[in-house]
Amino acid sequence: MEQYKGQALSWVLNSGVIELSLHRAPCNELGSLTLDEMEAFAAALEDMQLHANALIIYSALECGFCAGADLRELYERSQAMDKAEALKGVRDFLERIHRVLNLIDGAPLTTIAAVHGVTFGGGFELALTCDLIIADKMARFCFPELRLGLIPGFGGIPRLKRDLGNAVVRDLLLTGRSFNATKAQQIGLVSQVVSEGEAVRAARATAAQMGKFDRETSIVAKRFIKPIPEEELRREIDIFCELFARPAVEAGLKKFVESTEVQPYLP
Amino acid sequence: MPSTDKTLDQILNLAATHFKVPREKLDPDADFFKALGIDSLQTLDLLTRLEHHFHVELPDYELQGVTDFRTLAGKIQARL
Repeated sequence: MEQYKGQALSWVLNSGVIELSLHRAPCNELGSLTLDEMEAFAAALEDMQLHANALIIYSALECGFCAGADLRELYERSQAMDKAEALKGVRDFLERIHRVLNLIDGAPLTTIAAVHGVTFGGGFELALTCDLIIADKMARFCFPELRLGLIPGFGGIPRLKRDLGNAVVRDLLLTGRSFNATKAQQIGLVSQVVSEGEAVRAARATAAQMGKFDRETSIVAKRFIKPIPEEELRREIDIFCELFARPAVEAGLKKFVESTEVQPYLP
Repeated sequence: MPSTDKTLDQILNLAATHFKVPREKLDPDADFFKALGIDSLQTLDLLTRLEHHFHVELPDYELQGVTDFRTLAGKIQARL
């Protein structure tokens, strides 16, 4: 299916470039609806990638690329079932989203995340599956999971370790602080920083450049330089589930969900 | 290095312009969440703009408990 318009996301294949646009208000939180549609995208990608040389992922929402996992849905669903059921549900969700993200990570075409605004948690993890991240200067990145007593669960740590030095990974993970696009480029995470609103345009120009090269050679080169850290990705799911079982996590989620403060996204 | 007062002045100007609030309505010691009518995502937006303007990196955890422009100016001044 070369074109699809869903509730959470849409895609189109045009002139060899697949564009996947996220648009679930308020800020593309990754919950069950988005995951269902991401799985539909992954299924369609198997065929589309034979006719494409690039995939660009971006957000059509002003607030940013993606604020991360849908914590409200996670909390509300876990409260509606017993602990064992809730844990099983969490593991199931993680395994499903890992399958989708691993597919994007290893897709035989060049992938670009064109990001702006909030690129937090699961949103950051989605961007990290791509070969390149192009950020507009208002993009802000963060792994806030430790604030909830968790670690990133969508593959963020193995992918960050793949791309950056361990000291930087420790800083980002253990402080849970957010950082801007300039910093992201300085540490080697972001390949280009562009003016506000220009990330998708820059991604299209980059995709056009990459499309000039022999497709087979690009695929071989990408496989050589970008290993998928499969064992660590599986281990991350296990660690996340072990942590999720702790009362501190339920308390952290409850606090986030029930907060009427203006500062839920601030540490 | 500019003085803290100059830093504060620049913050107020930037906030007023970006959030379209009259500059004269911004009290340096008032709660900026209420004065600007912003939530945490918009605060992060403001933080990003301030970092770019002053060419500093300000960890967002340094904003814990900071609710007025004057204290914010002090945090930025400490990074200049």
